[in-house]
Amino acid sequence: MLFLDHIWLIPLFPAAGAAIMFFFGRRLQKGTVSTVCVGSVVLAFLMACGAVLQYTNWAPAHEHQPYQKILYTWLGTDTGHLNFQKSDGTAASLQADAGFLLDPLSSIWLLFVTGVGMLIHIYSTGYMAHEGGYYRFFGYLNLFMFSMLTLILANNYVLMFVGWEGVGLCSYLLIGFYFQRKSASDAANKAFIVNRIGDAGFILGMFFIAWMCGSLRFIDVTGFARDHAASLMGNPIIGAATLLLFVGACGKSAQLPLYVWLPDAMEGPTPVSALIHAATMVTAGVYMVARSNALFVLAPKSMLVVAIVGALTAFFAASIGLVQNDIKRVLAYSTVSQLGYMFMALGVGAFAAGVFHVFTHAFFKALLFLGAGSVIHAMSGEQDMRNMGGLSSKIPVTFRTMFVATLAIAGIPGLAGFFSKDEILWQAWRFHPALWAIGFATALMTAFYMFRLVYLTFWSPSRVTSHDVEHHIHESPKSMTVPLVILAFFSLTAGYLDVSESLGGSKQFDKFLAPVFANTAQASEAPSAGEESHRTEDVLMFLSVVGALLGWYVARRAYANAEKGYVEPIAAGAPPVYDVLLNKYYVDEGYDYVFTGRRKLGNVRLGVMGLGEASSWFDSHVIDGAVNGAGRITRFTATFSSWWDKWIIDGIGVNGPAILARMLSYPARLFEVGLVQWYALVMTAGLVGFVFYYVYH
Amino acid sequence: MLHITTLHYLVLGAALFLLGVIGVLTRRNVVIVLMSIELILNAVNLNLVAFSRYWQGLHGPGALHGQVFAIFVITDAAAEAAVGLGILIAFFRNKETVNVDEVNLLKW
Repeated sequence: MLFLDHIWLIPLFPAAGAAIMFFFGRRLQKGTVSTVCVGSVVLAFLMACGAVLQYTNWAPAHEHQPYQKILYTWLGTDTGHLNFQKSDGTAASLQADAGFLLDPLSSIWLLFVTGVGMLIHIYSTGYMAHEGGYYRFFGYLNLFMFSMLTLILANNYVLMFVGWEGVGLCSYLLIGFYFQRKSASDAANKAFIVNRIGDAGFILGMFFIAWMCGSLRFIDVTGFARDHAASLMGNPIIGAATLLLFVGACGKSAQLPLYVWLPDAMEGPTPVSALIHAATMVTAGVYMVARSNALFVLAPKSMLVVAIVGALTAFFAASIGLVQNDIKRVLAYSTVSQLGYMFMALGVGAFAAGVFHVFTHAFFKALLFLGAGSVIHAMSGEQDMRNMGGLSSKIPVTFRTMFVATLAIAGIPGLAGFFSKDEILWQAWRFHPALWAIGFATALMTAFYMFRLVYLTFWSPSRVTSHDVEHHIHESPKSMTVPLVILAFFSLTAGYLDVSESLGGSKQFDKFLAPVFANTAQASEAPSAGEESHRTEDVLMFLSVVGALLGWYVARRAYANAEKGYVEPIAAGAPPVYDVLLNKYYVDEGYDYVFTGRRKLGNVRLGVMGLGEASSWFDSHVIDGAVNGAGRITRFTATFSSWWDKWIIDGIGVNGPAILARMLSYPARLFEVGLVQWYALVMTAGLVGFVFYYVYH
Repeated sequence: MLHITTLHYLVLGAALFLLGVIGVLTRRNVVIVLMSIELILNAVNLNLVAFSRYWQGLHGPGALHGQVFAIFVITDAAAEAAVGLGILIAFFRNKETVNVDEVNLLKW
């Protein structure tokens, strides 16, 4: 139980690596940086393998319960300050542990995140060897691993959200790694801001869950949902919670309508695109929805929304991918499209199928991105496929591994993508044939754009523009090709973990995941048995194989001999459609009109920013005008009042009598001469006067 | 031998009084003015003593009440002279003059 007991060490290894890079990275040699950062992830990987192995031994003895390790209460205390009232009126306290949870679901994520992450770290030592900011890059990568592992291993929504935000931050930092380039820093901002919208949904969803269940621990929430499944079916609070969680998933996993940041995220270094924007971080939304499966099955309408959004995203992104010329952008739209597949699977209730596709997709999509990085490396930074061609013999290892990945994603039988994608299409068919039709069309387009990529890059005649570049083409170093080969091996074999019954397999992967999706398994297993459905499954499988081969064939016809200045078949057939696809359905422009406020009609800004400006104008002119008007009236009244006080009250009332008194004083003053003898004379005269008066009266 | 009656005293007192008043009203030297005031007071004293004597004639030699008034007035005159001369000295120290017409500050 050594590894299981110390499961909290798994995220701490990369955290330590990131901390060392943060404090000392600038002073370290490149070799030391590689040792520390790659070493920390290797340790995390070994630890993860050990922990999962011990869990598989531990679980059967404990009824396949999740293994939970709580270190301490991180948020909330027993002081009662965070108490609140649940929706049923009883009291609850908000608490979040620094706790770790290992169950089959997190085991799978743990293994492929550390495994693929380790390979990408090794690849990066070769890819980034000539770049500045080497330690910064690896510090960010380690920080990302820490955040992602926190997200995966958290035992409650709050700690998961910490990891969720952490990976968002690292995504921002790594997209903007070449921050001197304006487009890179813009793309980083875009990713961060669009993700904020989703994160707001996640937080609100958490509040709803806490309000409903009184706890945010996965075990408690799942238990609550399963115990009260009958009474909670269709509960509006759970409906709101699941929809809001799905908004969060849409942001992180680039679903409609929040997918716009992912294609722009290709501004980051290619290993970042492989690690964060293809294999691991963007699957966090799938993980979160799968983790909340007990809630989602109680909200059928939310499930329907998830399925429809996933299907539309898959179709929409694949159609854009048909005509993109930047090799990384094709892969970015492919990622969005495959994530749509995963959500479609979750939405139809086939959680295990969705998770399985995440698992296989991590290998072949990481491989495709790393291969694309190797191509770009060989082409001295050129990313436009119109300027490539004929590389298959010059960079054979890259070519072979990428070809394997292409076969895998296109759904050629025997490779990883075939099994996982077919399972999803089959489940979609059982839910509703329309969903299957969308998925099938997407699969067709996937095969087409992937083989288009391969033909334009590796097989068609060389269209390299500069002789220097042509001359400089070389195979990448061992540190880059070895991860490619390992990933290619898994792209070939990962699918055999979950071979369906109709092909004589036993669905090991589904059985491993069964305890996590216990309640949903019962619901979906029942109609699957039977010869009839197996025959349908076989037909659908045959159709998708035909579709994949058809896509390959069309791409071969269009691009096998693409000379310089070749014409896209879509552009030749339907120019308006090509324009719309090339410009990504003008969604970014539409967002500019509606949300970002970059568009103006005359002087009037459009969209919500325009609404903001109009409100601001209303505030400053009408509301403030009323305030100022009231002020002016008061001031006028005060002025008048002051005038009245000064001239009428003070002037006439107070100073008037004083002035009168002064006027009267002038004659009176004449008597006062100041000479004492004058006064004496007056007294004498008065005395004499009185005497005469009395004597002669 | 002419018998001296009360009327004689009164005429003499009136004459002295007039002399005093004229002195107060006309002389500029404050000392002279004060002396004139003494004349007025003594004229009054003479009247009081004269009437007292007349009262004695009517009520016998023990009726001496009027004499007391005169003694009061003499006391009063002494006090008045002391105060007046004190003011005079303070005044002289300031203005180096004793002329009463140069004392005209106390007016509007």
